[in-house]
Amino acid sequence: MNNDSLESTSEAIPPETTMVSDTTEKVRKSLGRRYAREKRFKLFGVIAITASLSFLAVLIISITIRGLPAFKQTFLNLDVTLDADTLDLGENPDQDALRKANYNGAIKNSLLELFPDVKKRKEKKALYKFVSNGGQYDLQAKVMADPTLIGQTINVWLPVGDDASGYLRGHIDTSVPEKKRRFKNNQITWIEELRADNKVQTKFNRTFFSRGDSREPEMAGIKGSLFGSILTLMVTLVLSFPIAVATAIYLEEFAPKNRWTDIIEVNINNLAAVPSIVFGLLGLAIFINFFNLPRSAPIVGGLVLSLMTLPTIIISARAALKSVPPSIRDAALGLGASNLQVVFHHVLPLAMPGILTGTIIGMAQALGETAPLLMIGMVAFIVDVPNALTDPATVLPVQIFQWADLPEKGFVEKTSAAIMVLLGVLIAMNAIAVLLRRKFERKW
Amino acid sequence: MNTSMLFLVVAILIAIAYVVGRSRAATLRKNETPMHSLPRYYGYLTAICTALPAFAILIIWSIAEPAILKSSTISSLPSGIQSLPEGELDLVLNDIKNLATGGISQSADDSIRQAAATHYGETQGLSRLLKSIIVILAGLAGLLYGFKKIHSNTRARVGVERAIMIALIACSCIAIFTTLGIVLSVLFESLRFFNKVPFTEFAFGLHWSPQTSIRADQVGSSGSFGAVPIFAGTLLISAIAMLVAVPFGLMSAIYLAEYASSTVRAWAKPLLEILAGIPTVVYGFFAALTVAPLIRNVGESIGLDVASESALAAGLVMGIMIIPFVSSLSDDVITAVPQAMRDGSLGLGATKSETIKKVVIPAALPGIVGGILLAVSRAIGETMIVVMAAGLAANLTINPLEAVTTVTVQIVTLLTGDQAFDSPKTLAAFALGLMLFVTTLILNVIALHTVRKYREQYD
Repeated sequence: MNNDSLESTSEAIPPETTMVSDTTEKVRKSLGRRYAREKRFKLFGVIAITASLSFLAVLIISITIRGLPAFKQTFLNLDVTLDADTLDLGENPDQDALRKANYNGAIKNSLLELFPDVKKRKEKKALYKFVSNGGQYDLQAKVMADPTLIGQTINVWLPVGDDASGYLRGHIDTSVPEKKRRFKNNQITWIEELRADNKVQTKFNRTFFSRGDSREPEMAGIKGSLFGSILTLMVTLVLSFPIAVATAIYLEEFAPKNRWTDIIEVNINNLAAVPSIVFGLLGLAIFINFFNLPRSAPIVGGLVLSLMTLPTIIISARAALKSVPPSIRDAALGLGASNLQVVFHHVLPLAMPGILTGTIIGMAQALGETAPLLMIGMVAFIVDVPNALTDPATVLPVQIFQWADLPEKGFVEKTSAAIMVLLGVLIAMNAIAVLLRRKFERKW
Repeated sequence: MNTSMLFLVVAILIAIAYVVGRSRAATLRKNETPMHSLPRYYGYLTAICTALPAFAILIIWSIAEPAILKSSTISSLPSGIQSLPEGELDLVLNDIKNLATGGISQSADDSIRQAAATHYGETQGLSRLLKSIIVILAGLAGLLYGFKKIHSNTRARVGVERAIMIALIACSCIAIFTTLGIVLSVLFESLRFFNKVPFTEFAFGLHWSPQTSIRADQVGSSGSFGAVPIFAGTLLISAIAMLVAVPFGLMSAIYLAEYASSTVRAWAKPLLEILAGIPTVVYGFFAALTVAPLIRNVGESIGLDVASESALAAGLVMGIMIIPFVSSLSDDVITAVPQAMRDGSLGLGATKSETIKKVVIPAALPGIVGGILLAVSRAIGETMIVVMAAGLAANLTINPLEAVTTVTVQIVTLLTGDQAFDSPKTLAAFALGLMLFVTTLILNVIALHTVRKYREQYD
């Protein structure tokens, strides 16, 4: 009986399958292809995302590899005799004479003492290149701080010149024939001798953080541009934050729905997408040519950047204000607060974390911006560290742009190192923004 | 007293006004006078009464001062100099200003200019003194007025709130003024340019070499301003960038929105945001120093002749820069598609990829297109990457291995460095700026409109 029924069912299956088979069979046949397609599609997604992220990795790694050496600087140990004759100093020199004294001569003499065999003019010249041009300023600072050093022989570590430091770091390919090399064979023997004597040392590069721009890669630093960036960002923050918050409050809390507010809104959204270089044109035509503000000054840079970051901050501030639930407003109004009191005492404090997050992101954008600042003349070669808002200054990204154009190997390192500093600051700013958002984010 | 000092004095005056006003109101309240508002609102009101006249006079004076100084100096000059043409007169004035501030002047021994400089210095000193006195007096008068107003009939809070409201409205109008400023500054200079160079030559000319010479008889003295090669170059590089950015960005967005687990999402999204936050100058450096030589070496090894500033390198890196932009915009749009539509499709037996391709993407298409248009406008306006990695010579070509130039590159090269401001060369930069602004504006308006329409559809 049991067997029978089983048999009968098994016999019953074939006609059934043939009945549905037309579509089911088609579907079943195509399933393999469809699943393969599904897998392929998903794979494309994985490829896209890993490729995008590996671009990021390649970019950061390639810049780090290039930039790391710039944080180290090579120094040469020298016994420099500071006698008054070599320094061109008379009796009882004053500060001015000390500033103008011939420290280079003293350095050259001490180099010659190390290698008494060097006699030819050309060889001497090659030897002098071992010490960077900036070495004299180090000596100058030492002597001006303590004039009693004159007449003594002091032992100092002086920065090594560009070519020699390139060789010591292995950037110079010695298999290239001597004629095509910037660093010649005799220079190599000398520097190897010095290295064997333990007179060459690599230390942390303080120059990079304590000096302004320079034409010599080993003496160039980012202090000037860093200060320029700080001054510019200060102006940007002071101008854009209050204006953006006020705009956001008006549009979100008070503005009637009419054509005028529509125009304002469309304007803000458009400004957020206008190319930054156009803001530079605006700055050039209006702030510099019309209002006669000084070129290259942080104040003009700050003005231009604040116009540029306003839309970003306004949009995020509006989102933050919008996320505060209406019940807060109703409660405050019910207790007798005026409309403005509701906003300033209750809504704004609750929206503040969101607004600050947007502000930090806007500031990070302003910090990385280059193009509009080129338009208002912040590309000048400026050695001094700016102290006031109207001093000529440059900013970090523009400094990177300028260095990137220079052919010396040392500047490639400096550029990458400056990029690392810039990226470090930017990532820190973004991390703070993310943390702020996580910490204060409220689900109502 | 210089301006910053004056600012400080006025600020102190305002602070005093607040304290005085508040304490006055507080005493009145203690004496059981019925007051309309809390004491601090009377303080605010007094402070506003002090600040308004002081700052109004300060601003008006600062704007009017240079013009008055100029005319006073000119009238002190002998008539021979007064009748000089505008440009030369300005030079003389500049010289006098330099002399007055103790700077270097070419004509330090010229007695007329010396006298004018002394006059200038004296007038300026007088003006500054007067300004300080009047501004401080105005502030004091305001303070007094505000103080007089503190009595039970004054609705201090209403007044303060009205003032704040006006300030809020004024702030929100700045966006309009910015747009207006952009349009006016670019438009005026462009009109001056089109006076010198006909618009048809600019828009249809095939040859671009803006170098104009100083002397009229020099060879090639007339620059030619046919902008077609520049527009073509911009389009070429943007097209390469979009070829990279759209597939990668869109697929990343689809993967993140539809397939990725929440942990992958939590990691990948911030990392992509880092990619978006990297300054463009860094991308430019990367393009010029790493990507361009790489492409050239690869090209050489397979026997192709690649320019060292090829459009391909700039376009590729620009594409990488735009990936996160496309992906985050499309991600928003895709997640906004209602879940019910997916469920319906899956319930009918479609695979996930079929659902995405046949249901989700068509539904999200307007939003995605809007996002891509925004990305295109971004690519067209991108400056640093092309300045550092693309060429300067305006070649009319569609070969991505050759060097081309773009609108933004030309604007930067024409405007950096010292130039006479009314030469056609500088004005050409503004004409290009106008083109750039108009193009991106149109793209943005269309894109924002599409995105907004799309959002309304599913809200």
